[in-house]
Amino acid sequence: MNDEIQHIVKSYEQELVQLRDLVTRMGGLVESQVALATDAVTEGDASAASRAVEQDPAVDAIEREAEQFVIRLLALRQPVAGDLRQIVATLKITTDLERIGDYAANIAKRSIVLNQFSLPFSLSGVASMARLVQENLKLVIDAIDLADPEKTVQVWRADQAVDDLYNALFRELITYMMEDPRNITPCTHLLFVAKNFERIGDHATNIAEIAHYAITGEVLPDGRPKGDNSAYAIVRPREQDQSVSS
Amino acid sequence: MSTTMSDQKIGESAASTGSPEVALRLSIRNLDFFYGANKALKSINLDLPERKVTGMIGPSGCGKSTLLRVLNRMYDLYPGQRAVGEVMFDGENILDKGIDINVLRSRIGMVFQKPTPFPMSIADNIAFGVKLHEKLSKAEMAERVEWALTKAALWGEVKDRLNTNAAGLSGGQQQRLCIARTIATKPEVILLDEPTSALDPISTLKVEELIDELKREFTIAIVTHNMQQAARCADQVAFFYIGEMVEVGPATQIFTAPRQKRTQDYVTGRFG
Repeated sequence: MNDEIQHIVKSYEQELVQLRDLVTRMGGLVESQVALATDAVTEGDASAASRAVEQDPAVDAIEREAEQFVIRLLALRQPVAGDLRQIVATLKITTDLERIGDYAANIAKRSIVLNQFSLPFSLSGVASMARLVQENLKLVIDAIDLADPEKTVQVWRADQAVDDLYNALFRELITYMMEDPRNITPCTHLLFVAKNFERIGDHATNIAEIAHYAITGEVLPDGRPKGDNSAYAIVRPREQDQSVSS
Repeated sequence: MSTTMSDQKIGESAASTGSPEVALRLSIRNLDFFYGANKALKSINLDLPERKVTGMIGPSGCGKSTLLRVLNRMYDLYPGQRAVGEVMFDGENILDKGIDINVLRSRIGMVFQKPTPFPMSIADNIAFGVKLHEKLSKAEMAERVEWALTKAALWGEVKDRLNTNAAGLSGGQQQRLCIARTIATKPEVILLDEPTSALDPISTLKVEELIDELKREFTIAIVTHNMQQAARCADQVAFFYIGEMVEVGPATQIFTAPRQKRTQDYVTGRFG
C-alpha cells in the first residue's frame, strides 16, 4: 500500500506485488463472470450462462492460491503496518470475491430455466440492478489496484441504490405472480436472481470496507447506508389494499 | 514533528498512553541533547507511563540510546555532552545540577547490550550495588539476593552455586543476572539498552518473559533494534529518526496503522 518507497528486501516487495496482482486477477475474473451471468439473464444468452458456470473452478483455485500465499507471507515475513493490513485484507477480499463468483454462477444457472419461459413483462429492473452492481464491483477492484481510498468510499455509499432497486423489484415480481400463477416459476427464479445481485452488491461493499482499512488504516463507520427492506415487505392483492410496507 | 502523548487518540488497548488512569513516571519535555556542537536529540517530548513498557525504535544513530542515557544521566561521565530541557521524575528535573546522581541511578537502573557481570560470585554481583545504598544484615542481604534472582527468573538455575564466579554462567543467564543486579536496589524505572541483542532466541524469549513480569512493579524503557521484540514487549512504542521523535503510540497502533509515513516505512522495512 505504498507506492513511493520500495521494500529493502526486494523479494518481499515482489511478493506483495504478486499478491496484489492475484487479487486484481481474481477480481477481473469475477467481474467477467458477473457480466456473463448478466447477459445470460437479460439477453437470454445460453453460451454466456455456461461460460459463467465454467469459470467458477478457476475463481476457486485463485482463492486457494491466495490463502496459501497469505499464510506463507505471515509465517515467513512477519508483516506489520500497511503490509500486514494488505495481506490480511487479501485473505478476506478473496473470500468475498469467491462468494460473488458463486452468486454469478447461480444467476447463470437460473437463466437457463428462465429461457424456457416467454415472460410477459420486461426485465429492465433486473438489468438496471445488474448494471449498478457491475459498476460497483469494477470500481472496488480498481480501488484495490490503485490503492485509492476515495473509490472505496464511493462504492461503500453506492450500495443504497442497489438495495432500493431490489426492494422495488421484489414488489414488482410478487405483483406478477398474483396476476397470473403461470408467472410463479420464472418470477421465483428472478427473485433469486435479484437477491443474488443484491448479495453481490453487499460483498462489493464489504470489499470496499476491507480495502479502505487496508489502504488507510482507518475503519469506515458502522452506519453504512443499508436498505434491503424486502424482509418486511407485504404486497396485498389489489382488491384488499394497496401495497403497504412496514 | 514530535507527537506528544496528549495529542494521541486513546486506542482500545490497555497500552493507551496519556489516558487519565495511567500515572506517568517520567515526563520528558523539550529535551535537546548535544555531543559537543552536534545536536543528537531535538525537542523530544515523551512520557513513560508507570508500570508500562515503552519501546524505543529507530535506525542506528536516531538518538534512541542517547535518550536512554539521558534518563539516568549516564552522559555525565563524558565531557562535552549536555542535555537541555526537562526530564521530570517525582517532581524533580533530573537534569538539574543539584541532583544526586548516585541516588538517581539507584532509582533508575540500566541494563546494557552485552552482559556485564562483575568478576565475582553470583551473590556478590547482586549484593554489590545494594551495599552502596543500604546497610543490610547478612540475613537481609541473602534475602535480597534471593528476591532479585527470583524476580529475574534466575534463582532456580543458580541457587546451588551462588558463590561460584558469575563468568561461568551462559550469556542468557549473565544478562538475567545483570537484570537481577539492577532490580536488587529496588529501582522505580529500568532502562534496557538492547538487552537481548547478544542472546540466542530462547534466552531472548526468557528475557522478554521477564520484562513482562517486571512491568507489574517497574516502569520500563527498552531500546531495541528488533522490531518484533518491540511489538512483543512494549505497551507503547516511540519511533525516532535523526534525533527527532517521529511518533509515539500504543504498540498495536504503531504496528498495524502508524500515523506517520516515516514510521510506516521504517516498521515495514522500506527505509530508503
